[in-house]
Amino acid sequence: MQIRTKYHGEISVNRSEVFVFKQGIPAFLEEENFVFLPLSDDGIYFIMQSVKTPELAFLVISPFTFFKEYDFMIEDSIVSELSINAEEDILVYSILTVEDPFEKTTANLQAPIVVNTKNRTGKQVILHNEIFGTKHRIFQYTK
Amino acid sequence: MLVLSRKNGESIKIGEDIEITIISSKNDQVKIGIRAPKNIGVYRKEVIEQIHQENILATKDFSKIIDLMKNEKK
Repeated sequence: MQIRTKYHGEISVNRSEVFVFKQGIPAFLEEENFVFLPLSDDGIYFIMQSVKTPELAFLVISPFTFFKEYDFMIEDSIVSELSINAEEDILVYSILTVEDPFEKTTANLQAPIVVNTKNRTGKQVILHNEIFGTKHRIFQYTK
Repeated sequence: MLVLSRKNGESIKIGEDIEITIISSKNDQVKIGIRAPKNIGVYRKEVIEQIHQENILATKDFSKIIDLMKNEKK
């Protein structure tokens, strides 16, 4: 299928690459379908692009690349909601809030995007853990 | 909005599956117990609002950064 995107122009994606977020994500509850498009060759940055709305696109990363100490438990309710059978099937992304300069960009560690690669479902999970907030600088040691 | 008065230890049922119990209340703070089906998320409202706000902030246009990344590739 052809989709229009914010940063990649019009592209063709396989239906099997589309992830279904049944309840949308906070602030965008009507947005149920997203694709993850690699942005850089190094595999660090991805665009989480809405299938329905070309202008809606988030810059996302794997949080583990930048935050070695990051971990969380996925609640049973989410395991069952996404029909997760094995840990290997899961991918986790964090949404970035891009700042100028880019060095000040932050990651939302409190609400990771969890996707099940087996059945292509996803959810923005809100952690009860109080250590992780919505604004963690991804380059912690630069000014 | 429906307003109900409850004493400590008393509960409210919402439909079949949701039960809210006042555990204790002291000064202006109330401790609430919530029993709800697993598929219903229970969160503090301000946390949801914060995630909501952050998601909106995260949609701002960052084409400039992307152009930089694309240039770096070349």
